Amino acid sequence: MFENVAKIWAIAKKDMKIYYLKGPVVIFGLLLPFFLYLAYAWNRNIEPAEAMVSIMAMTVFFTSTAVGPVIAPWETRSRTFERLLSSPVNMSIILMGDALASTIFGILITVAIAVLSMVIGVHIVNILVFACNVVISAVCFSFLSLLLSSPPADTPANIMMLSSLLKFPLIFVSGVFTPVGEMPYLLRIIALLSPLTYTTELFRASVHLETYVPAYIAIAAITVYTLVFAMVAVKLHERSAPKRL
Amino acid sequence: MLMNSKNFYYPYFLYARDVASYSVAWALSRPGAVYVVDVIVADGLTKRFDGLTAVDNVSFHVHEGEIFGFLGPNGAGKTTTVRMLTGILPPDAGRAFVLGFDVVKKPLEVKRRIGVVPEAANVYLDLTVWENVTFMAELYGVPRGVRERRARELLDEMGLLKYRDAKARRLSKGMRQRLLICMALVHEPPLLFLDEPTSGLDPQSARRIRSMLRELNKEEGVTIFLTTHNMWEAEELCHRIAIINRGRLVAVSNPRELKDMFTRLRTVEVEFNRAVDERSILEALGCEVDVSGNRCRIRARDVNDVICGIVDYAKSHGLEILSLNVIEPSLEDIFLEIVEGKADV
Repeated sequence: MFENVAKIWAIAKKDMKIYYLKGPVVIFGLLLPFFLYLAYAWNRNIEPAEAMVSIMAMTVFFTSTAVGPVIAPWETRSRTFERLLSSPVNMSIILMGDALASTIFGILITVAIAVLSMVIGVHIVNILVFACNVVISAVCFSFLSLLLSSPPADTPANIMMLSSLLKFPLIFVSGVFTPVGEMPYLLRIIALLSPLTYTTELFRASVHLETYVPAYIAIAAITVYTLVFAMVAVKLHERSAPKRL
Repeated sequence: MLMNSKNFYYPYFLYARDVASYSVAWALSRPGAVYVVDVIVADGLTKRFDGLTAVDNVSFHVHEGEIFGFLGPNGAGKTTTVRMLTGILPPDAGRAFVLGFDVVKKPLEVKRRIGVVPEAANVYLDLTVWENVTFMAELYGVPRGVRERRARELLDEMGLLKYRDAKARRLSKGMRQRLLICMALVHEPPLLFLDEPTSGLDPQSARRIRSMLRELNKEEGVTIFLTTHNMWEAEELCHRIAIINRGRLVAVSNPRELKDMFTRLRTVEVEFNRAVDERSILEALGCEVDVSGNRCRIRARDVNDVICGIVDYAKSHGLEILSLNVIEPSLEDIFLEIVEGKADV
């Protein structure tokens, strides 16, 4: 058990050293959500708490899904993947290490943005819900991004494009810009299928805004999504690994 | 000294876990029984990709302490065989046991005990030399204190210690290959797989790697499984070789025995005191002759007949023989004979 934890940490450390400063990670993880938010908030009269929910949800979502899609294609292209597979680690350990690096990236940036938000006057009322949300959402979206990187491509841009196809529609149906409670019925049903909706709801709960889903259900939903994403990601990566050699 | 062979993490008695796979052959060639342990047993290994058979029913044994060369032209199935033996690719049929463990049922147990330098692999270019080695040590579960000592020793042995803080992308191809070998040896494996380790390297780097492999095998007792298509390298390094062609194993032997099997490939080289006529010598000897001025190279099925024929030819044409040599076939001659389908071994 301890040996596996050490291996997961070793892989996460390697990912942090190599991938955090890669171009696609900076563009998709930092610049894109920043400009998306500017486009949304520019010249509008938005309440600071509502703005804070939107920006936090986008930040945790984009940052946690920024590192994952880069790793597998990069390792395939730089021909380090076979070396990794030759070592005594199975696919679950490799993906948990990758997810940990992605999660830490998501948490660090989100916490930094949260601190900035507090400086400009937004108060996080329920710190526990906020912290819990940041952590479980970061883990969930990290595994989602690893799932999306399972096709045996060796070009990070291709996987980034594929993940963007899913990420942008999710932003618009998950209550990031319009609270779920104010959506039309059909859109509300679709919103409830998105894991990001529960993240947004928990951020609303942490600043005491009205929520559509109780916090405990949101936490349970994100946990279930995390487990499903993790299991499917391991299966798909195991299947595609020989094609990466 | 690269490592102490008595200091493996996994003692040999553990191999007995899978007794069925553990072949011990008693060699009775010397007074006093000497037993030979097979560290690799491949039995009918087969792998297909999209209907094409890359490796077809391949069986062989590798003895403990030997350097085993796995030769074949490009696309013959060498890398696929290595990937199956190292637990990276599952075979479609057949079985393989490495250090007593079934590579399909216990791939992690196999990987834990072997070192691998894959053919197309690279080091992590964005990590430093030191980080590359210690990262691998962490994956193999080498304790922190041992990890640092081993990394320092190996980098020193490979002449890379002074580059320990340099990013691996700054290293030359030969240095990266040496770094890959350090990464494969950091957990002191008793068995090392190297897939084309000197391919594309300059002669100096290739020689350094060959000498390091010889030292590892001789002084540390590490068994080495080496794939190559460099015949000269195989002849110089390997105790036994296997030749694979189009996915099928066509020969397993030691270089000496192979040469004895191919005596028909021996050539006789003769130098006369003046130029000879190609047609007349061809008619006199009745076998394949290459003539270049006063030198002739004759393919000899029966060396005695050829030499007698040359002497008779020299006498009858008033020629003087300045030199006469019988040349053994090189491994390359034998390899080409086999892969071109002229020989059935």
